[in-house]
Amino acid sequence: MIDWIQLLGNSAQQILSPVTAAYALAALGLAIHFGYTGLLNFGQAGFMALGAYGYGISTLTFGFPWWAALLVGVGVSIIFALILGVPTLRLRADYLAIVTIAAAEIARLFFTTNTFVQYTGSANGLQGYKGSFEEVNPIPPGRYGFGPFTYNEYDWWVRIFGWGLVIIAALITWRLMKSPWGRVIKGIREDEDAVRALGKNVYFYKMQALVLGGVFGSLAGMVFVLPRAIVPSNFQPTLTFFIYAILLLGGAATVLGPIVGAIVFWVALSFFSGFVARAVEVGWLPFMSTVQAGQLQFILVGIVIMLLVIFRPQGMFGNKKELAFVK
Amino acid sequence: MSSNDAVPSSTPTKTSGLHIGEPAPGVKKVDPIIVADHIKRSFGGLTAVDVEHLEIPRGAITALIGPNGAGKTTLFNLLTGFDKPDTGEWTFDGNSIAGVPAFKVARRGQVRTFQLTKALGLLTVLDNMKLGAKGQSGESLTKAIFPWFWRKEEEEIEARALDLLARFKLDAKKDDYAASLSGGQRKLLEMARALMSEPTLVMLDEPMAGVNPALTQSLLDHILNLKTEGMTVLFVEHDMHMVRHIADWVVVMAEGKVVAEGDPHEVMKNPAVIDAYLGSHHDEDLGELDPSITEAVKELADDDADEIKH
Amino acid sequence: MAHAATTPTSRRWPRLVATLLALLFSAVALMSAAPAHAASQVGIDENDYRVSGIVRLDGDPLEGIRITVEGPGQSAEAITNAEGRWAIGVPERDTYVVTLDESTLPEGIAVVDETGEDETPNSREATVGPSGSVVANFFIGEGERATTNVGGQILDRLFLGLNFGLLLALVAIGLSLVFGTTGLSNFAHAELVAFGAIMLLVLSVFLELPLPLAILIALLLSMAMGWANDAALWKPLRRRGVGLIPMMIVSIGLSLAGRYLYQFFIGGETRQLPYATTTALNTGFYGLSVIDIASMAIAIIVLLAVAFFLLRTRLGKATRAVSDNPALAAASGIDVDRVIRIVWVMAGGLAGLGGILWAYFRPGVSWDMGFQILLLTFAAVVLGGLGTAFGALIGSIIVGLFVEMSTLVIAADMKYVGALVVLIVVLLVRPQGILGRKERIG
Ligand SMILES: Nc1ncnc2c1ncn2[C@@H]1O[C@H](COP(=O)(O)OP(=O)(O)O)[C@@H](O)[C@H]1O
Ligand SMILES: [Mg+2]
Repeated sequence: MIDWIQLLGNSAQQILSPVTAAYALAALGLAIHFGYTGLLNFGQAGFMALGAYGYGISTLTFGFPWWAALLVGVGVSIIFALILGVPTLRLRADYLAIVTIAAAEIARLFFTTNTFVQYTGSANGLQGYKGSFEEVNPIPPGRYGFGPFTYNEYDWWVRIFGWGLVIIAALITWRLMKSPWGRVIKGIREDEDAVRALGKNVYFYKMQALVLGGVFGSLAGMVFVLPRAIVPSNFQPTLTFFIYAILLLGGAATVLGPIVGAIVFWVALSFFSGFVARAVEVGWLPFMSTVQAGQLQFILVGIVIMLLVIFRPQGMFGNKKELAFVK
Repeated sequence: MSSNDAVPSSTPTKTSGLHIGEPAPGVKKVDPIIVADHIKRSFGGLTAVDVEHLEIPRGAITALIGPNGAGKTTLFNLLTGFDKPDTGEWTFDGNSIAGVPAFKVARRGQVRTFQLTKALGLLTVLDNMKLGAKGQSGESLTKAIFPWFWRKEEEEIEARALDLLARFKLDAKKDDYAASLSGGQRKLLEMARALMSEPTLVMLDEPMAGVNPALTQSLLDHILNLKTEGMTVLFVEHDMHMVRHIADWVVVMAEGKVVAEGDPHEVMKNPAVIDAYLGSHHDEDLGELDPSITEAVKELADDDADEIKH
Repeated sequence: MAHAATTPTSRRWPRLVATLLALLFSAVALMSAAPAHAASQVGIDENDYRVSGIVRLDGDPLEGIRITVEGPGQSAEAITNAEGRWAIGVPERDTYVVTLDESTLPEGIAVVDETGEDETPNSREATVGPSGSVVANFFIGEGERATTNVGGQILDRLFLGLNFGLLLALVAIGLSLVFGTTGLSNFAHAELVAFGAIMLLVLSVFLELPLPLAILIALLLSMAMGWANDAALWKPLRRRGVGLIPMMIVSIGLSLAGRYLYQFFIGGETRQLPYATTTALNTGFYGLSVIDIASMAIAIIVLLAVAFFLLRTRLGKATRAVSDNPALAAASGIDVDRVIRIVWVMAGGLAGLGGILWAYFRPGVSWDMGFQILLLTFAAVVLGGLGTAFGALIGSIIVGLFVEMSTLVIAADMKYVGALVVLIVVLLVRPQGILGRKERIG
């Protein structure tokens, strides 16, 4: 029989999980890029990888304290955004899409190659960089919480840190989008020539948006790897596509959308794959192996992306009229 | 389209004595706001604009007319920094602005609208207007997060925007998305938005195209008002009837060149103008105007011709 | 904002390009200079089988020696650890080429060839046996290093690059034509590529049909798939007036769903098509096998046929007309819908053929094989100019040559980096691509 309690408990855990926080943060960055500014960034995985490796390498190779490592990760993603933006922000939207996905792949290949193995650990990645972040944990050792939400002090610390960042990022985004700056950004999404004709330096605003969303992405990368190890194959284009799915689910031009989208996405996906896996185990789906059951979730995400774009482009929270799509 | 009810209610006061010497292409102006020289722009084999010398008079309404494909929009793009010419020099208010990016041109007070209206559809009408205001400190990323830096300025801008919207009779729509406006209302909004930046020269690309006759009336009044308020207007228009009524000066383009200039009543008698409008280019098919992009279509047409022969 | 940073003007562009190029070159220089430690175990967890060995000189282990393993589904490097050990996981019970990089050996030391027949003793084959692993060791001693002559190496890579470029062109032309006629940047094109190879796998390996027949059916199915893509999804979306960017995101969803659907059915492993790994077919001519030559010949013939179609036939001309200017084409009486339908059938067939050739080139059929070259395809298309068929051809050849030739200077596991960097640099200096036209402004 299927253990429903455990299945539901596992799914519920996703609500607080640092992975969910990381996806929410990355999706928030993408909301700034795509939802508000109309920049088709398909390289959010690259920003996340740079954040993660920037943090990991400066801790392991250079022995930086956690906050300095965090600043390095952020700094590297800013440089990445500038390098990407300079050639492409003047070009058509679809060029940016191709260039960003290519740049993210370049970054990943740099992290995977054997050439820099002493810094990156090549295909095996990095671990053991938690040191100084673990030391500043104010929570005394022990297990806290209730039901499925029982974690040790480090797990709580990562969750508090991750979700704290999500809240700060959401507040910043919310304030910005209600400001004249946000108005310019949204104007650019609608028609950049019109905004240019009104005397705004469109290129500069797009660059600011690209950098800001990229910084959110790099922070997301750090939150993503804090509870685990850095593995380069985690930062494939599929990661970016998942974040798009979350963004479309929640609503691309909203602040709450990416966050609630991430939670709904992971709870639903965890429930779905958990259910299918157990259903296979108990023999309800005789035509499927457990490995195949694991692939079903990716197929589902792909279909969800298609259906959302076609039938509900504004997502769960988006305004019906504000379809939030660049033309 | 030239029905009489679309004509301004009051007879506008015309500004005269704008030029020095005989009206001819490139004639000198008493007080030019724009002076352009040797502006040339070609697309592949096609020369879209080739203007030797052109001066636009200050404080007047100048109409830029010419048949489709004459190069009017391209000239607008060049003068406003939206496109770069192959050669050419031009000044605005006495300063060279050749090579200056579009947004800086706009900041200097030379603001344009577009032939295909660019209302920012998913912004409200009021937000569209507020976006037009220049030098907002809240548009800086760092200050934007702290509303107390810009709240007061924002209130002033909003007051000004509401005032302008009332004049353009769009105030009832202020909280609607611009996408929900009619074509004519969008043209009005685009013009009002341009005025939010308090320009010295307003360049309107076909402001009347696709606007229903009821609105044409008020659009014309607004254009005339701009002059009263001391702004210079340069606008593109097809309907000669309206041009005659509101323009103080007319520049005629054909095949990229300025073929005539002069007083709106006189210039229409110029044989070059009649030629430009009635000349060979009127009913040629689209393909002939744009050789670079129709190779394949032409080949197909040739095939057909061959088939008929055989 | 009023006093915010200024936009770089056009005068600054050359400097920018120079800076970026300098960055690129210093990255390449770094790569060849970087000392290497660790990662003696590569890809062990992800793969079922392994190739491993110990590098020793007179019984003493040598650390920091670079070993490459290349073959079906794997191309990886390992560096020997303090005990001289290395191991690389491989996905197949198959034959792999193991190469020891002699430049990482101490001065005056080389791989020695006992028989005296092997010109390149630092490179050998290792076949994974029933035990699931194989040991590949080298005899190391004082002696002359095997120096493959540089000219031969360049020619080797040239042919490889040409072969790859030609098959990429088959894929890229379809992508480009679809973009030209419908404006869609189709990420799911990758899955059309994999579709052709997977169908051939099913027909020739699972159903054991004779190869020529299987190829024919696979190509017909690919064309049908192209048609079905349009009829079932894209045409209805065009009818609904869905914008181009949303359509592009739909194609990403389709790509994701399609790819994992393939994995669902054929599994995660790499499988070989008939004759793909037989070494007996080597011609000895610059490392080319009969299959390589056949592959290039097929690609060239098909590309010529496509060129003939586009330049000489009525339908082809109509296709180019729609690509150039859909509105004008429709106005001159061309049935745009029909043209688009045919373009999709062609794109499906060409992608399927490209996929089959790609399966022989890699070699192997796997669920994500299309996605692996999707970015290179986009690079080729953008390089040539979005929407122009001949641009895509030129772009593909350049990308193909660049990818293979770059391995002469940079590590093999970085070979795609070069092509992607070129893509970005080209966009910088000539955004409309090599044969593309500038976009209309305002
Ligand atoms: N970006 C472009 N590429 C190719 N041809 C262009 C482009 N922009 C304008 N043209 C051509 O230049 C000529 C002038 O166009 P335009 O300035 O729009 O004319 P008008 O506004 O007077 O109707 C036309 O033949 C047009 O097809
Ligand atoms: Mg025009």
